[in-house]
Amino acid sequence: MSERAGVTQPRQVYSSAARRSGVWAKRMSAAGRLLLHAVLLITGFLTILPFLWMLSTSLKSEGTVFIYPPKWIPDPIVWENYLEAWTFLPMGQAYVNSLKIGLIVTAGSLFTSTLAGYTFAKLQFPGRNVLFVLLLATMMIPGQVTLVPSYILYSYIGWIDTHLPLIVPPALGGAFGVFLMRQYYMTIPADLEDAARIDGCNPWQTYLRIMVPLSGPPVSALAIFTFMGSWNDFLGPLVFLNSQVKFTVPLMIASFQGLYSTNWSLLMAAASIALIPVLIIYISAQRYFIQGITLTGMKA
Amino acid sequence: MASLLQRRRLPRDTWWAYLFLSPVLFGAFIFVLAPAIATLFISFTEWQMGSAPSWIGVENYRKEFNEPLFWQALRNTAYYTVGIIPLNMAVSLLLALALNAPIRYRVFYRTAFFMPVVTSVVAVALVWSWLYNPDFGVINLLLAKIGIQGPGWLTSQQWAMPSVIIMSVWHGMGYNMVIFLAGLQGIPVHLYEAAKIDGANWWSEFRHITLPMLSPTTFFILIISIIGSFQVFGQIYMMTRGGPANATHVLVLRIFNLAFRFFHMGQAAALAWVLFVIIMAVTLIQFRYSRWVHYE
Repeated sequence: MSERAGVTQPRQVYSSAARRSGVWAKRMSAAGRLLLHAVLLITGFLTILPFLWMLSTSLKSEGTVFIYPPKWIPDPIVWENYLEAWTFLPMGQAYVNSLKIGLIVTAGSLFTSTLAGYTFAKLQFPGRNVLFVLLLATMMIPGQVTLVPSYILYSYIGWIDTHLPLIVPPALGGAFGVFLMRQYYMTIPADLEDAARIDGCNPWQTYLRIMVPLSGPPVSALAIFTFMGSWNDFLGPLVFLNSQVKFTVPLMIASFQGLYSTNWSLLMAAASIALIPVLIIYISAQRYFIQGITLTGMKA
Repeated sequence: MASLLQRRRLPRDTWWAYLFLSPVLFGAFIFVLAPAIATLFISFTEWQMGSAPSWIGVENYRKEFNEPLFWQALRNTAYYTVGIIPLNMAVSLLLALALNAPIRYRVFYRTAFFMPVVTSVVAVALVWSWLYNPDFGVINLLLAKIGIQGPGWLTSQQWAMPSVIIMSVWHGMGYNMVIFLAGLQGIPVHLYEAAKIDGANWWSEFRHITLPMLSPTTFFILIISIIGSFQVFGQIYMMTRGGPANATHVLVLRIFNLAFRFFHMGQAAALAWVLFVIIMAVTLIQFRYSRWVHYE
C-alpha cells in the first residue's frame, strides 16, 4: 500500500479492473445488468438535468419562462438573450481576465512545483526533511485563515483591485503540487540521474533534460487542477477585486445575479456562457480529468 | 564509488537545492505561514482598516463567544457537515460500485456524474436557485405532477439548509466517486476469487472484503470532505446570503461579513483562528479514532 501512496500506476489499475470484469461478468445476470443500466440512466439524467434546464431557460423569452406547464423546447427560441448577457456586462473581458490569470498561474506553478518536487526527490542538502514537513504543514492551513492579513498586506503594497493577489501566490506553487511531483520523481530510477551527472550535467540541466520530459502524467493532472482551481475561485476575486473590468467569470456571474434578480432567461444565458465552454472542454478531455484524480487522489 | 560521488557533490548540490526551492518556500512563507501567524496577532487587536491597530487581548474572542450569531453559524456549519457527509459518501460509493460492475457505457455514465465537479460553484448555484424557485422552478413543477406541493426551498427556514446540502452533494459527488472507483479497482481480485470458492454471497463479499479493503480510501475522503464542508461559502453566498433569518449563515460567511462588510479585522481574524482550531481538532480526532481503517 505504502509504495503506491500518492502515485498509482494507471496501467496496473486498468488491467486489474479488466480481470475483475472477467470474474464478475460471469456472475451478473442479464436482468441485473439491465436494472443497473436503468438506475444509472435515470441517475445520469438527473445529474445533467440542471444543465439541460439552464439551456432551455436561457433560450426562452422573458414571458414564456413562467408558462405552465413548462416546455423543454423553447418556443420561440430567443438567441438574443446570449447577445444581451454577453454585452450588458463585460463578459468577454471577464473571460480574458480569467484566462490570463489561469494560464499564468498554471504555467508558474507547474514550473515551481516540478522544480521543487525534483529537488526534494533527488538532491541531497541539509534541512531537506525539515523543509519538506514544514511545506506539507502549510497544506493544512485553510485559505480563510490567511485572508485578513493577506488583505492588509495587499492593501499596503497596492495590490488591491489588481490581478496580482490572484496570480502571484498560486503561481509560486503550492505544497500539494510539490508533494505530488516529489512522489512521482521518487519513482524515477536513480541510475538516470547518476548517468546524467557523470556526463557532466548540473542539477538544472538534469532537471531540464531528464526530469521534465519524464513528468507527463502527473504534470497534466496538476495543470488541469491548477487551472480549474484558478478559474473557479470565487472568494479571492470577491475580496480583492472592485472594478468591473477586472472581474473574473465567477465574479461577473455573481454581479449578474445582483442586477437581474428575476430575469431568469438572461441569468441562465449568463450561466450558460460561463459553463458551456468549460463543459465542452471537459467532455472532450474527460479521460485526463478522471486520470488526474486517480493519480492525485492518494490512498492514505 | 556511488557513495563517494554522493559525498563529494553534496555541498555543490546544496546551493542548487536552495535556489530551486526558493520560489516555493518564499511563497509558502510570505503568503501562507506568515499570514497565518499574523492572523493570530491581529485577533488580539482592535483594527478598523485605515487606523492603527490597538492591542485588546482576548476581547475579540470574548465578544465572538457572546455573539448569538456566532453560535448560530457554528450550529449551521455543523448541520451542513452532518447533513452532507453521510449523503455524499453514500451516493458516491453507490455510484462507484455501480460503475465498477462489468457493464458497457461506463465511460458515458462516469462523464455525466463527474460533470458538475468541473463547474464553477457560483454559476451552478445560480442555476440551482432557478431550479429551487418556489413557483416556477422545475423541481416544484415536477413535484406538482405527482401531487406534491413543494416547499419554498431557499426561502423556507426549514428547507434552506437541506436545499444547499442537496445542491452541494450534486456538485461534489463525482469527485468522491472517482476516488472510490480507484480504491475499488485497487482491491486484489484474488480476494473475491477466494470468497467465491468459499461460497460467499455478494453481501458478505461487500461486508468482509470491499468495505475493509476500501477503508483507507473512505478515511481519506472523510478527512478531506469534512475539512471542505467547514469551508463552505460560494453556494451559500449565491443562493441564500446566509438567510432566511440566518438559517444558512455559516462560519466562513461570518468571517467574510466581519472582515469585508463591517471591516472588523480583529474579530474576523479571531473567528478565522477559531475555524482553524475546529478543523484541526476534528481532523486529529478522526486520526485518533481511525482504528476502523484497515491497512494492508
